[in-house]
Order: sequence, then C-alpha cells, then structure tokens
Amino acid sequence: MVKKNFKNLRGPSIHIMPYSEIKELTITERVKKILNLILGNKVVILQGRLRPEEEIRLIEDTMAMVDHIKSFKGIELAVVDANKDESFFLKMRRGIARGLTGESNSLTVIGPASVVKEIKKDPSKMEVFFG
Amino acid sequence: MLKILSRLFGLFKKRDNLKIGFYGPPNAGKTSLANLLCMDWTGEEIGTVSEIPHETRQVQFKEKVEIEHKGKKMVLKIVDTPGIATKIDYEDFLGFGIAKQDAKKRAKEATQGIIEAIKWLDDMDAVVIVLDSTENPYSQVNLTIIGNLLARKIPVLVVANKIDLRKANVKKIEAAFPEYSVVGISAKKATNMNDFYDALFKLTKKV
Repeated sequence: MVKKNFKNLRGPSIHIMPYSEIKELTITERVKKILNLILGNKVVILQGRLRPEEEIRLIEDTMAMVDHIKSFKGIELAVVDANKDESFFLKMRRGIARGLTGESNSLTVIGPASVVKEIKKDPSKMEVFFG
Repeated sequence: MLKILSRLFGLFKKRDNLKIGFYGPPNAGKTSLANLLCMDWTGEEIGTVSEIPHETRQVQFKEKVEIEHKGKKMVLKIVDTPGIATKIDYEDFLGFGIAKQDAKKRAKEATQGIIEAIKWLDDMDAVVIVLDSTENPYSQVNLTIIGNLLARKIPVLVVANKIDLRKANVKKIEAAFPEYSVVGISAKKATNMNDFYDALFKLTKKV
C-alpha cells in the first residue's frame, strides 16, 4: 500500500467544520480557531452561523491581522440560510434568542481574500469565486 | 431591579445631542450624507469625500447639530465612521494613481479605522446605515452590522444612497431589510432629503 504524505500537498484546501467543533469554545477561541485556519490558506465551511457579536469580532480581529501580517489581505465571508422564506430580521432574532446559532440551517463560508476572490450572494444561494 | 432603574432613568434622560452613527460599507456615501446634514445645519463639513475607497479612515463627529424640520427641532451628535470591510489590499489603491508607499499607509489607516468604527458601535443611540443602491445589499458586512445593531437594540434607519444613478435599485434594499425604514436618496444631488428628515425624526423617537 502506498503511504500518502499529505504534508507535501500545498495550496488552498477546504475545511468542513461541524458546529460541534466550536460549540464549547468562547468567542475569542472561536475567532482564533477560524483565523488560524484562514492563515493556513484554508477555506472554512462552517455548519451553522456565528452570532452577530462573533461575526463583528471576526472582522475586527481580521483587520488587526491585516495590519500586522504582511501578506494577509483579509477574508471573504458569507452566510446562506436554507429558510429562504424567513426574513433576515426573524432569523437574526431567533438566532440571538437561541444563542446556539449552529442549530440553524445556515452555512457559513469564510476564506482568505487571497484565495476567495468574491462571494456573490442573494438570500438563498451563494456563488464562491476562487482566484 | 436594574432594568426598572434603567427605564426610570430613561424617562428623564436628555433627548438632545443623541449620538447618530453613520455606518455602512466603503464608498456608500456616509460622509457625503453627513456633510450634507452638517453643511445645512452648521455651515461646516464633517470630512472629505473621494471616489477612492476608505477616504474616511478615522471616526469623525460634529457636536450639537441642531436640525429643524416641519416645525420640530432636535440636536444631534453626528458620528461619521470609516466604511466597514472584511479585506483591505493596498494594491487596490494603486489603480487610483496613489503611490505605493501612500497606498500602504492608506491601507494601514483603513484597517485601524474599521476597528475604531466597530468599537464605537456600542456607544451609538441610533444608527443610519448608508448603502449604495447600485450594489447588492446582501453583502455579509451589511448583514453583520445590522445583526449587531439588532442584538444591541439600537434603532436603525436604512438609507439607499445614489438613487441618481441608472443602476440604483431601492426596492432590492427594501426587500433585503423589510423590517426597517428604507429611504432612497442621493446625497450628491440632495434628492429626497425631505423624506430622509421625516425618517430621521422617527428614528430618534425610537431611542
């Protein structure tokens, strides 16, 4: 049997992250975990969505890293929700009330801006463009 | 008990000099709109505008902007914030004829401006989200800003700017945020400002 050496594989990859992987983490730990993967050139596909305060913290920490890491340009981020008939307002309110937004039918894509050039989105679908 | 005290305090809170933040993505026209207000009511602009993204890289504000509209008066503190983005690349500025060193400096200031704008969110009494009506309103930055304001129970007015442009689509913005008041304006041409002031007075009543 040929033993594959995955360490030799280079270039961007996709990291599928079940919500259980970050469920028990604090906001700081969640954002740190995601950003570490992004810095490793990975596109993260997260089951569920982050809470609003986590999303804004992710943007805040991303900007701090852009400021300090020379080759890092930032991230592309988008959330798509399966409940397309439900308004953004209702989804958010339900998400905030529930706290555990990973239980929703959402899917979050977060990628390094150097890999994900653009995410085009309408309420119920998204297109991810790689550069 | 704390909630009751907070509500009681709210009854006697001075309604003047409410902090109104202008938030949104870069190049949506936040400073253009803030300038229009400040020029109309104080005779001074709040900041410079440019077609180059991230022209506003520091939070800038104007105190005691007294606005009179249809016989009603209010005094606001206008807070104009840098456009919030998830990525900043100095090379994007080179296309506008900016030298490499200046572009790098601009990018660095822009990242710090975004962090500063986010920190100011908690301090706002109400927020005017300024969007470019020719752009897709479903960008995650817009949704993240509004989600955070909703979580903080900060009243929001959505402004669909640049309605003077052919590609403007106010209905798309209304469809994206049906629970919010959306006013279509052109800050550049001062179009539909009557409706904007109506909406602004309604917004401050929600504080």
